[in-house]
Amino acid sequence: MEDFSDIKLSRREFVMAGAASVSAAALPAGAASATARAPAVAPAALKPVASDVSFIVNGQPRSLTLDTRTTLLDALREHLHLSGTKKGCDHGQCGACTVIVDGRRLNSCLTLAVMHEGARITTVEGLGTPNNMHPMQVAFVKHDGYQCGYCTPGQICSAVAVLDEVRAGIPSHVTPDLNTRPHLSRGEIRERMSGNICRCGAYSNILDAITEVAGSQT
Amino acid sequence: MNPFTYERATTPADAAAAAMKTPGARFIAGGTNLLDLMKLGIESPMHLIDVNGLALDKIEPLQQGGLRIGALVRNTDLAADPRVRRDYGVLSRALLAGASGQLRNRATTAGNLLQRTRCPYFYDTAQPCNKRQPGSGCAALGGFSRQLAVIGGSNACIATHPSDMAVAMRVLDASVETVGANGSHRVIPIADFHRLPGNTPHIETVLERGELITAVTLPPPVGGTQLYRKVRDRASYAFALVSVAAILQRDGTGRVALGGVAHKPWRVDAADAELPHGPAAVAQRLLDGATPQPDNAFKVQLVRRTLAAVITQANGAKP
Repeated sequence: MEDFSDIKLSRREFVMAGAASVSAAALPAGAASATARAPAVAPAALKPVASDVSFIVNGQPRSLTLDTRTTLLDALREHLHLSGTKKGCDHGQCGACTVIVDGRRLNSCLTLAVMHEGARITTVEGLGTPNNMHPMQVAFVKHDGYQCGYCTPGQICSAVAVLDEVRAGIPSHVTPDLNTRPHLSRGEIRERMSGNICRCGAYSNILDAITEVAGSQT
Repeated sequence: MNPFTYERATTPADAAAAAMKTPGARFIAGGTNLLDLMKLGIESPMHLIDVNGLALDKIEPLQQGGLRIGALVRNTDLAADPRVRRDYGVLSRALLAGASGQLRNRATTAGNLLQRTRCPYFYDTAQPCNKRQPGSGCAALGGFSRQLAVIGGSNACIATHPSDMAVAMRVLDASVETVGANGSHRVIPIADFHRLPGNTPHIETVLERGELITAVTLPPPVGGTQLYRKVRDRASYAFALVSVAAILQRDGTGRVALGGVAHKPWRVDAADAELPHGPAAVAQRLLDGATPQPDNAFKVQLVRRTLAAVITQANGAKP
């Protein structure tokens, strides 16, 4: 019931837990850090709770038994070993963890895995492979749309979803007229990609890559 | 994050009843704010009630005109709805000015109303904050207050409500529909929904324990030129320093509400009445009694100028 033997602590999590206390290192990292912060509402000493969830990841049905606290991001990376999706800020501010769920992009760090029963999830691994890349991946390579590459999987998942959003007629903050269909301009792409941060500053090349793919699709 | 139990609710009334009877229970819908706060130890629910399966995700026309927006309608879908774009443009514009594409795809209508402040001292668990820990004090008073309230605050709290959507809902005179833990329904005007901080800044709305938002309704369209102007430190994906939601009619009358200045969307009836007399008169009424901090006194001037820009834009938009 409470067997989380498949949870393997990463080096980062081990260091975090170890900082709280040596004995806490055996617990999932979040539990130790939350205890150390002394939350406003004193929680009862609940033990970790397990819950089952099944969803389809990159076309494959997957069933997991997870600690309820597991984010979709951690389920993908730590349990399904799909490490293409990256953990940047873990607070929904950077977009590195962007995946596509039921056709919509979201921050996988800000949603619990157990909330996605039956969902269809696409990660960067599901978009293309090194031998059969998605057109957006090809364009990012061609235009050098990255430097360190850490934000790139999130940028690519986001960019693919942005083009779908424009095709679906969803307006943005910079769409001049709400009552006409949005046209994909460079300004539209910039605005729609603002949830994906690139600290290397590859923005202009990312913009070129997305513009090229958008142009070839319309 | 502390461990918690988890259930998927099947009906709104069951969800409300479960929230009432389970200690430390919280509803979760989009989760974009709640999970962030749980990771930081600011929120520590012992039980989460997932309301995503409640089928409250439709936008329906009301018989007497107007729209009924299900509590779970995502921000993206509300902003993109053709009826909202045509008849309630200020609402589409406010939604699209908020957050990022990824967050708008998850964030819900009800959750947006209930999001917590982004006051840096609320987020910093090493600092006193009456909202996070009642009675501990307010580190924002005399602290870095650039983002914080200039009006309606108290000696206990000068936090702002961070929502853009709620400012548009306020100018549109929306209503919040709820179901209580005993199964009863009620309708709360948006003007009464959020509270000022007073001595209890941790109590942010008039919702009672277990009470669940089921919908937000909009009255019949009032026409006019509908604008939402948000002034912020970045051109995209940032919270407002000041925002103005406005519905301006050809005869010079209209309504305005402000975001980024108070603990709730800020609207003053007497300010609406000043619209024919220009932005300075409106701003004066809106911010009558303002008590800005040294860091955010600029907001008083910024409100006046943003109002002027909005009124100029509306005049230019007239055919």
